[in-house]
Amino acid sequence: MTRTLPPNSQPTAAPDALIIPLETRVPGRATTSLPLRREGPAKLTGVAKYADDLVFPGAWYGATIRSTEPHATLVGVDLAEAFDWSQVVVVTAADIPGDNVVSLIRDDQPILVPIGGEIRHQAEALCLVASADRETLRAAKRHLSVRTERLPAVFDPLESTEEFSHLEVGQGDLDVGFAEAELVIEGTYRVGHQEQLYIENQAMIALPHPDGGVTVHGSCQCPYYIHRALKRSLQLTDEQAVVVQAETGGGFGGKEEYPSMIALHAALLARKLGKPVRMIYERHEDLSATTKRHPAVVTHRTGVMRDGRLVAQEIDVVMDGGAYCTLTPVVLSRGVLHAGGPYRCPNVRIRGRAMATNTPPNGAFRGFGAPQTEFAAETQVNRIAEALGMSPLELRRLWAYREGDTTPTGQVLRESVAAPEVLEAAAEASDFVRHTEQTGRARAARASDARSASGIGLAMGWHGAGFTGSGEVHIAGVASVELTDMGVVRVLTAQTEMGQGTKTIFPQLVAEELGLEPEEVEVAPQDTSIVPDSGPTVASRTAMVVGGLIIKAARRLRAQVEAVTDRPFPDSYQLFARDHGGMRVDERFEPYPNVQFDDATYTGDAYPAFGWACAVARVDVDLDTGEVIVRDVVSADDAGRIIHPVLAEGQVEGGTLQAIGYATIEEIKLVDGRYLNDRLATYLIPTSLDAPRIEAILVEKPFSGAPHGAKGIGELPMDVGAPAVVAAIHDATGVWIHDLPATPERILAALTGAPTPAAPGVSVRAPDRGGA
Amino acid sequence: MPVEPHVTSPRTLSEAYALLAQQPHRPVAGGTDLLVQITGELGDPPDRVLDIWHLDELRGIAVDGDALVLGALTTYTEMRRSPLVAEFLPALSEAAATIGAAQIQNRGTIGGNAANASPAGDTLPLLIACDAELVLGSERGERSVTAGEFWPEYRRTALAADELLLRIRFPMVGDRQVRFRKVGTRRAQAISKVVMALAWRGDDGTAPWRDVRLALGSVAATPIRAGATEAVLDGASPDQSTADRAASTLAGELNPIDDVRSSADYRRAVAARVLHRLIREAGGW
Repeated sequence: MTRTLPPNSQPTAAPDALIIPLETRVPGRATTSLPLRREGPAKLTGVAKYADDLVFPGAWYGATIRSTEPHATLVGVDLAEAFDWSQVVVVTAADIPGDNVVSLIRDDQPILVPIGGEIRHQAEALCLVASADRETLRAAKRHLSVRTERLPAVFDPLESTEEFSHLEVGQGDLDVGFAEAELVIEGTYRVGHQEQLYIENQAMIALPHPDGGVTVHGSCQCPYYIHRALKRSLQLTDEQAVVVQAETGGGFGGKEEYPSMIALHAALLARKLGKPVRMIYERHEDLSATTKRHPAVVTHRTGVMRDGRLVAQEIDVVMDGGAYCTLTPVVLSRGVLHAGGPYRCPNVRIRGRAMATNTPPNGAFRGFGAPQTEFAAETQVNRIAEALGMSPLELRRLWAYREGDTTPTGQVLRESVAAPEVLEAAAEASDFVRHTEQTGRARAARASDARSASGIGLAMGWHGAGFTGSGEVHIAGVASVELTDMGVVRVLTAQTEMGQGTKTIFPQLVAEELGLEPEEVEVAPQDTSIVPDSGPTVASRTAMVVGGLIIKAARRLRAQVEAVTDRPFPDSYQLFARDHGGMRVDERFEPYPNVQFDDATYTGDAYPAFGWACAVARVDVDLDTGEVIVRDVVSADDAGRIIHPVLAEGQVEGGTLQAIGYATIEEIKLVDGRYLNDRLATYLIPTSLDAPRIEAILVEKPFSGAPHGAKGIGELPMDVGAPAVVAAIHDATGVWIHDLPATPERILAALTGAPTPAAPGVSVRAPDRGGA
Repeated sequence: MPVEPHVTSPRTLSEAYALLAQQPHRPVAGGTDLLVQITGELGDPPDRVLDIWHLDELRGIAVDGDALVLGALTTYTEMRRSPLVAEFLPALSEAAATIGAAQIQNRGTIGGNAANASPAGDTLPLLIACDAELVLGSERGERSVTAGEFWPEYRRTALAADELLLRIRFPMVGDRQVRFRKVGTRRAQAISKVVMALAWRGDDGTAPWRDVRLALGSVAATPIRAGATEAVLDGASPDQSTADRAASTLAGELNPIDDVRSSADYRRAVAARVLHRLIREAGGW
């Protein structure tokens, strides 16, 4: 269920919210002004080719031999004599021509652990095997064994002494703030792992070239990450490494960095074998080995005045990076930068550190550190409201950022601040005040043996659009718009379609500039031999950053063509192409005006702009069992100018449901650093029966730095759903759940006063391993 | 990587018996358990599979004398749609509706649920609580085993290697009440954390209960009866003190484990609370 802001809805409460004219759209259905998804028909009819659908005659099947120890030395790899090893190809670390690292931030993660090397987690890749058929491959795996010597393992990030990164941001004077405070409230919040659970598992197919180069086809978000990784470890030139994105069945961050690993594995096998090799993960391997959302422990100490004013915030964030660094420092930094919530506070100190443990590496996942810290921040705010006897809505009205406020990094929020608007829009649409009164009365009148209870909860959030700090400057992405000599306009970027709508909105933006219909603009394939490196498809940056680049490129193309033809572009571009040949305009990222960040001191404009969100959830709790049904969620999200409302609402609905899973049922338990919930029978996400009615409200506060005013929307709803659900559980039951997910086990323990279940995300040690 | 074991599909029951008499086969009906197991990752797949899906002798829902009889190949969807089940054993319709989702319900069968012998099998506590009899057959003839004796140990059944489960007989008892409750992680496609069936005989309202059966799944290595709790309930009226005593007795007699789905503490507590609620609802207080 979606809707727009009705024309007559609370213009006084949200004066600056831009209302989408009703006549331009039909909720849930595209109109002529809203193009259908570009790749939709192929997906609906089964014509779309995902990696596993691609046929390469003569391709072999590859498999990965992994550790079964959380921390050990690899002593040897033994090939049993009983098996005919000439039927297969085996690759070890010794076969890697270049650097044995999966190139990313820090050079710590090997592609394959070398003999004598250190195994740092249970799913670590030790060697690779490929064979012409699956039966032989299975037999080969049975006849291959690894010898290891176990080392002591660390599972708790609070006990770890190995740090990936740390940072601190702050402003004002914390001592002064707490001295002034009339009430100090403390809280510790813990969140566990979360799996992205894209529908399509990780998959890569590598084709060797005669000159030693390699082409990989597969499921990914960031073709140029893989391109860099291949060049470095296989010692290839730019041209020798070719990465082609296949149709991709979801990513959510899970296909940001891990595809480099699987592409390297497939490429190593293919080069040694001299034939194509298919590396297609099954769900169990995918769940066991690929990256998850970082578990975190967030501690808050907040000073407030009796009248509700916020005077001091001291926040400590500890994230569990797992065994290798991956993107952890960037995840931590986004988590820390959002940890205070979208609230004005004169005295703030936020410290964060990311620690190593002997568990599989954690990585990118929608929200990228912010859902963890914003869950903590919002639950803390709701607890403060309770302690002050104030409505959580009133308290946020008092605290929420407005234009001109300054964030803890010293960033002045000069424009595009929609915190008040999203708050009012969500409160109004959900009838928050009336429902809160109702649930309050019901709670007061409830018998001690009632079977169920209903509650309502509110949370808000913010999400920095695009890369953190000077990230975009370092990426220096290039995107192009081309008029081919055949008279076709096409967009060239490395931005991938993974279900979110890149291939639909880019033609829209370019068509708008050129005066064409979206259908008249083609999208070049995400193939590194064709498209420039416009940066990764992450951080909700595609619409804002790369969308801005192609608009600028299209404007220049139009101007150049019209300068020659002296007629409007739509009427003359095909003649131009016939008479003068093709023309391609490249546009490189230029820093947004007046946006500056100092990486050394972590001060300045952490993001060019922020998106703003508020969610209100209503739940029913079974008081016998602690089971929660999320009945409905209203999510009001400001992502600047909306390009395609139907796709934008899809992002809000999907992100909200993913947040509900994070809030209620998605949990990974670990023993000895191994995930126990490593199958779809045990890692459960909400089904359609568990999905609430979701009402998406799009609020538009354009960002002037982007030519089209867009910010990002993909991650925003993920930040606010979980704390809203936990607040609603509290409203229903009177208990605060500090740990995610808020499972029936945790809720029932809180209701009955039983001991709190073990902290999420921390591995227990196996009982005696029988002398292993 | 799925493996493909040798599959034989007999067309008649006697053909199936003959094949089973020659060598062991793993029977497969709807395949909802087996097809997950033959990915080759969950232990060794069976060498030979006997596809019994075409044995129409094992289909059908009927009243036979004083029993409701379900063929082993009765699917959950058929149970949900059957007027006979709705009339004589509505708790079974309720249980069938909680299993998997539509696809699983279209393929999964009551016989498969019983023969798979998972301690979390959702219909199994109901079979035990209703004193169901499982009728087994082979070239040697037919025999009956009560549900209480059908699952002697973890993932084992009373079936001999040459036997097939043919049908399940639920004795119809005029004044019997049956209640079913499943606690899972989500509203569909969830394996139980605790599953419970409670049956008793007695008039409506506060009359004392007789022949009480309380059976549970997912709390032990097999589906079990809670004997001590049944003793508390037998002859007692469903009032608050009975509910309190029964709930605390149940919490004391269960010995569940922590696993990937839930914790021992939660299973024990929730079983007791659900039982308390069922007694309370029956007593109308």
